[in-house]
Amino acid sequence: MWSGRQGRLRPVGCVVEELRCRRREREAALRKARREQQLVSKRLLRDDVLEEVEGGCVAKILGEAEIQQFLRLAQRGTEEKERERALVSLRRGLQHPETQQTFIWLEGSIRTLVGLLTSSQALLQLEAARCLHELSHSEQSAVAEACLPATSYLLTYLSGHSSDFIELCLYTLGNLIVESEAVRRQLLPQGIVPALAACIQSPHLTVLEALGYALSQLLQAKEAPEMIIPSVLGSILPQHILRLLQPGPKLNLGVAVEFAWCLHYIICSQVNNALLIYHGGLSTLGLLLLDMAAAVQRTEDAGLELLACPVLRCLSNLLTEAAVEVGGGPNQLDDERVVAALFILLQFFLQKQPSLLPEGLWLLNNLTANSSSFCTSLLSMDLIEPLLQLLPVSNVVSVLVLTVLCNVAEKGPAYCQHLWPGPLLPCLMGMLASSDTEGVGQSLELLQLLFLYRPEAVEAFLQQSGLQVLEKHQEEAQLQDRVHALQKTALHR
Amino acid sequence: MQLPPALHSRLVGAPGAAEPLPVERDPAAGAPPFHFAARRVRFPRDHEFFEDGDVQRHLYLQDVLTQVTGAPERPRVPEFTCQVAGCCQVFDSLEDYEHHYHTLHRNVCSFCRRAFPSVHLLDIHILEWHDSLFQILSERQDMYQCLVEGCTEKFKTSKDRKDHLVRRHLYPADFRFDKPKKSRGPATPVATVRVSAEALGADGEQSGGDGMEVCSEHAAPLPEPVGERWIYSHRIPSTICFGQGASRGFKSTKKRKEHQ
Repeated sequence: MWSGRQGRLRPVGCVVEELRCRRREREAALRKARREQQLVSKRLLRDDVLEEVEGGCVAKILGEAEIQQFLRLAQRGTEEKERERALVSLRRGLQHPETQQTFIWLEGSIRTLVGLLTSSQALLQLEAARCLHELSHSEQSAVAEACLPATSYLLTYLSGHSSDFIELCLYTLGNLIVESEAVRRQLLPQGIVPALAACIQSPHLTVLEALGYALSQLLQAKEAPEMIIPSVLGSILPQHILRLLQPGPKLNLGVAVEFAWCLHYIICSQVNNALLIYHGGLSTLGLLLLDMAAAVQRTEDAGLELLACPVLRCLSNLLTEAAVEVGGGPNQLDDERVVAALFILLQFFLQKQPSLLPEGLWLLNNLTANSSSFCTSLLSMDLIEPLLQLLPVSNVVSVLVLTVLCNVAEKGPAYCQHLWPGPLLPCLMGMLASSDTEGVGQSLELLQLLFLYRPEAVEAFLQQSGLQVLEKHQEEAQLQDRVHALQKTALHR
Repeated sequence: MQLPPALHSRLVGAPGAAEPLPVERDPAAGAPPFHFAARRVRFPRDHEFFEDGDVQRHLYLQDVLTQVTGAPERPRVPEFTCQVAGCCQVFDSLEDYEHHYHTLHRNVCSFCRRAFPSVHLLDIHILEWHDSLFQILSERQDMYQCLVEGCTEKFKTSKDRKDHLVRRHLYPADFRFDKPKKSRGPATPVATVRVSAEALGADGEQSGGDGMEVCSEHAAPLPEPVGERWIYSHRIPSTICFGQGASRGFKSTKKRKEHQ
């Protein structure tokens, strides 16, 4: 499902263990960053093939004199090839943070680079853009912000036709966008939203993926709900984003991942989700969910979790919109195949990405909470037992599983009839034996519903030493009232 | 996690749902000390519930996750020359040629041969430089449109437009694609169109300044086409005609030297 394309930085020559270690470090750093609301990542587009062609040797750090020489040659060289070569050398040198620092502090350097960016020599233009891209990727704010004089041109070029060049401009802009609010305060009046909207009808997958990336960076900004999302929603972007998420032979996973994240940032900001529902967001995402489950069944699921995460979030949050409450019509999600698809994905998550189980179960909660139809589907498709199998995974997962079961049980006797006899009660007994307060609390809620609508279950509960299990928690502050109530119910049946 | 076998066939079955079982609630359900109420939950963007998924997303962005990518496709081909009449650039890759073509030959003004980065800018150029009706109308109404796509403002003069670009859109004052047209006398020789970098300024701020910009140093347009050609669009169509009537090259000494 991935359309093979080059352009990602791959770690070269690393041992597997080194990779894992590096990944763990990265993960820890990202968690910390997120908690501090500083979660920012940039993309580097470096053409590995180009590196090979250029000799593959490690680029060295350039000093002031060398930089000046390359710039002079690039600008005023008499021979075209010579000018190109000079810029290429500069670009390779700029892979080093030291060279970047030297470069930006050199007087006139950025000005010259921008001049080359706007030259009519196409290959010089491309190389100048690559230089800017290296700078944009820097973690040093001063270096990235040095690219600001070029942004009006980068945006202008988005309306051009050269797909490689546009892709490069987009990734550069994407990197700059996350740099700081100050940068965005320049890009917004320069017309970045209309410029991005102009690209979304491009037929080139590489351009679309780059566009999705840049847009997702823009939408992730802290000030996005007030400053950015309204104008995005007012443009042609929403309907095209949904178009690019439609399942079918034209669906490209890399592109879909980026735009699914765009949609997530829009939806969870709660600016105007009714508009997305109006454009068929629910049905598109529902069909996409089915498509992903089908891909899992065909074991064509490489990288699927990257798409599943934002899609689940979008669906779950959209389901809470008032527009969805009004029954019937295309604004509703009422196809039980969605539930089937979700379970296939849950199984997939259990193997590949257990951290996605809570998000999947959140969707299941939102599907079943107010829907007798979906609760019935859970029963008729025999999904209670698979659900119970998830209880041991983690505390968070078990609370969510129990919540979904409560959604079913609270609908009344017709539903509880299918919950007992069965594996539910033994599982509940197991849960009550645990020390996780929230899990036990949710189990008590479920027990109350079960006792109320299926009184026969009380006897079975007592026979399985239910009272002794309950006693364990009768001193617990958060649980004791409910424990006592259940003890009373059980004894006075 | 064992799924019932029928589930897989349900997935490929018809849309729809079974008849829901009857709902019958007892007021005692969820009554104190219990508190369960079935409800949909929404999470805002910064909620910690999203932490794991967000971290995975960023790991992907940082390329730490391994991905399934195909082999790179940037084949080198035997050298070939640009087919546009008068252009002798040589290429050995299709991507390079694509970029060259789009930069120099795609959005070209049929009057003065200047190339523009987009159709939008080309259209504005043709209107402001080669349409005599524009000059007449602009005396009575605001005709100079803002260059930023999505902005509908119009201005009386080119200078007003520039001020708007700088103040409102934070554009650089020396934005290359917004040079005012200075009125000139009779047509000057075409040869001056290609100007070397040195001639444009010692600090090289406008390097390689041929073709792309609407620059006042450049020559006035070539002699206007006669009669009825005014009626047709003067934009070079995307289906190019190679051959008669579409000469693009300039016969300047500089150009000859470059493409030796």
